[in-house]
Amino acid sequence: MPLFWLVLIVLALAAISYTVGRSRALASVGGQRSKLHSLPSYYGTNVAMKAAVPAFIILIVWLLAQPFYVNGVVSGMIPDSEIAEGSSRGLVLAEVHRAASGLDNAVAQGDMDEEFARNARADVADVTQRLKDAGQIVTSQITQPILRAAQEYRVLNSTGNLFMTIVVLTISVIGALWGLKETTPEFRARNTVEQGVRALLVGAASIAILTTIGIVLSLVFNTYEFFRLYPALDFFTGTTWAPSFSERGGASELGILPLLWGTIYISVVALAVAVPIGLFAAVYLSEYASPRVRSIAKPLLEILAGIPTIVYGLFALLTVGPLLLSVFGDEGVGIMKAGTAVMTAGLVMGIMLIPFVSSLSDDIINAVPQAMRDGSYGLGATKSETVKQVILPAALPGIVGAILLAASRAIGETMIVVLGAGAAARLSLNPFEAMTTVTAKIVSQLTGDADFASPVALVAFALGMTLFIATLCLNFVALYIVRKYREQYD
Amino acid sequence: MTETTLSPETTAPAAIKGKSLYALDDLTRKRNAAEKRFRAYGMTAIGIGLFFLVVLAYSIISEGMPAFSRTVMKVEFTLTQEQYDAAEKELFKTKAYESIFISALKSQLDASGISVPFDKDAIGRLVGKPGGTIRSFYKENPDQLGKNVAFELAASSRVDGYINGRVTRENMTDSRFLQKSDLDIVDALVKAGIIVNVFNWDFITGADSGVDNPGGAGIGASVVGSFFMMLVVLFLSLPIGVAASIYLEEFAPQNKITDLIEVNISNLAAVPSIVFGILGLAVFIQFMHLPQSAPLVGGLVLTLMTLPTIIISTRASLKAVPPSIRDAALGIGASKMQAVFHHVLPLAMPGILTGTIIGLAQALGETAPLLLIGMVGFVARGYPDGIVQGFIDPNSAMPAQIYTWAARADFAFYEKAWGGIIVLLVFLLTMNILAIILRRRFERRW
Repeated sequence: MPLFWLVLIVLALAAISYTVGRSRALASVGGQRSKLHSLPSYYGTNVAMKAAVPAFIILIVWLLAQPFYVNGVVSGMIPDSEIAEGSSRGLVLAEVHRAASGLDNAVAQGDMDEEFARNARADVADVTQRLKDAGQIVTSQITQPILRAAQEYRVLNSTGNLFMTIVVLTISVIGALWGLKETTPEFRARNTVEQGVRALLVGAASIAILTTIGIVLSLVFNTYEFFRLYPALDFFTGTTWAPSFSERGGASELGILPLLWGTIYISVVALAVAVPIGLFAAVYLSEYASPRVRSIAKPLLEILAGIPTIVYGLFALLTVGPLLLSVFGDEGVGIMKAGTAVMTAGLVMGIMLIPFVSSLSDDIINAVPQAMRDGSYGLGATKSETVKQVILPAALPGIVGAILLAASRAIGETMIVVLGAGAAARLSLNPFEAMTTVTAKIVSQLTGDADFASPVALVAFALGMTLFIATLCLNFVALYIVRKYREQYD
Repeated sequence: MTETTLSPETTAPAAIKGKSLYALDDLTRKRNAAEKRFRAYGMTAIGIGLFFLVVLAYSIISEGMPAFSRTVMKVEFTLTQEQYDAAEKELFKTKAYESIFISALKSQLDASGISVPFDKDAIGRLVGKPGGTIRSFYKENPDQLGKNVAFELAASSRVDGYINGRVTRENMTDSRFLQKSDLDIVDALVKAGIIVNVFNWDFITGADSGVDNPGGAGIGASVVGSFFMMLVVLFLSLPIGVAASIYLEEFAPQNKITDLIEVNISNLAAVPSIVFGILGLAVFIQFMHLPQSAPLVGGLVLTLMTLPTIIISTRASLKAVPPSIRDAALGIGASKMQAVFHHVLPLAMPGILTGTIIGLAQALGETAPLLLIGMVGFVARGYPDGIVQGFIDPNSAMPAQIYTWAARADFAFYEKAWGGIIVLLVFLLTMNILAIILRRRFERRW
């Protein structure tokens, strides 16, 4: 793994630079530390920083840029005639990559020598046979231009890697030498190092921004790609969800409405379970419970929030679903056909959200000033009257915010609906029927065998975009309300 | 009721009547009843919450425990060198071993005084084909010839189900896998102590089996996958999270960029996890061509997901360090950076570690993003070969493995899924207890 070694070598250079820089600083003042501007270790760190940071930046940029360049060159080598009907340049390039890695593996195993792998005049049949002998997977689609492209791809990559190693190591050495040259008693090493550390801290903080940008870009590009293949209007107004994996999207009907309906229906059921229970629990815990009861009941309830959603999903699929089926199924009321249904998923999701609602509301109720309670008691109100007429109205904005946050959790929840809600997309009012949600369909569209260029896979990104925007709006509103509310009583 | 209680006009007449204060009037009684009811609602709500917790815990334990035991047939016998040679000369070698096995079984049954008629086919339905197992054992350990060897042969999954109560005489149908008459044999063998339940180490240490062999499926390989993923998460999210929090809490100027970062962090904390899966798929796999199903990619995605949690808790613990510490450090000539790194950070460390462990526990149980980066559908049949392979070779992770089992058609895998959940919860519990201990021992109140 040459990259691994390269990183190690640069790190070793940095470590050496540190000791050299430190001792050079000490030597420059004849061992009298007090004559240095900064502590000796700062001089060492300065040199090490200069040896490592620019080198790593170059390394990362190179690693990101090289594939673009190589793919561009290789892609230019493939004549249009090679791209079969119904295929695309991307698929042919994937074939090139596969052939190249096959050659790599064969060379690594010693079944093929480097010279043969690079031989530009090698016959395709011969190479294919040798690759097969070496135990590599070879598809029938390899043709002479593809083989040539694969060979070129290997050559470009290996020269690219060689240059990268040379450049990175040179930069590292130059950086170290520059740092050493700077090392004089007057040099403000501490300030330089602290500036570097500060830049590092800023970089770490901006990863949050980068993540958001990454999410938005990956959604936007693929959604755009999807809308080029499938009309946006049909997507947003279609009432049928019927992806067809067999054809190239032509026969698929990808309307989001049934999915949105399922999502909203399940979320409403979940909130109908979680909000009353959570709210009453919060009121009881903050107004009635003795400290002892509170110290036991609150953490126990919060365990529900710490349980992974896959556990709830399994609970829905294997415990709650069959239970509901035995009551509402053919042997009981007769309105439920299978264990997976809106009710199953909604109920279990409600259980999951109870602690979410209760601890958020608990915080908010506790933030209501004690003076308001005392005033109410002073007028002769009972505790419940105080809660109903003073505390809840005062806490209402915050509680609405908490419910909105819970709603955003509910529509973004995946595992419970994947396992508990069923896979059929339908518009129905019966809560005992199987329905599906946006999140469940994202999973099913992207874990299938469809390739990423087809509408049936790309639709997942459009669904993800819808989900992202919906939860973002909910969160924005909720956080705004909660913050406003907090300021009111601070 | 509510309007009347607070208005003096309606309460005044009651006072005029000159009743005793000790006798409750109707209104007060009504109000007290409402008070009691309200209190009862609150208690009911807590009760329902705790009831769900108990039901959840009960179903996990009752359904999952069978995954930790397996049913084996314990048969002891001695194979002499002559028998071995004779069997090896036969045309159907495993058949010869099978007949040796059956005769040993018979004598063991006779010794315990229980008699039940059985034939070779019935034995085949109970333990599969024992001949092959026995033959390969002696081929590998020829020194065991002539010695008394106790074989523990795994019973078929239907027999396992019968012992665990999954299969009963009522709900089973005769098939080539198991017949009703076989259950008599099983009962007799259980009575004779030949069929016993032993702890299933293979479930904890083993790797996933194919779809056709629920009995052999284990969670070990995916535990390793999860472990490598958590390593990535720990080594990326702790330094990045701490650095970001230090910047935001100690250095960031009040400006638009800082606001933007803050808004971003609080929103990322509430973005659905599946969206992070989409990000991972598009950026790490489609764009950067990192290997699919690799713990490295899973770790990167989970890092981005847990960063907001870690940043929020780290900032809280940095904020909890009193300003006097900073002032004292600055007062004796430390730079701002030195004050933070030498004094504030060490004091905030217990809180930071607690937050990190809780963030890791969250990441460990997260499933949805892993589905998108290809950690399902992949059968983790073995352990990674080395440390580097541990990061980049396809593997599964605990929650993804549980999902895979839950999605399989064979009901026998459900038991494995519940068992997997027990293993997962044991890990989560350990991490959370560790966090609590850390907090109790090191947290300082200023």
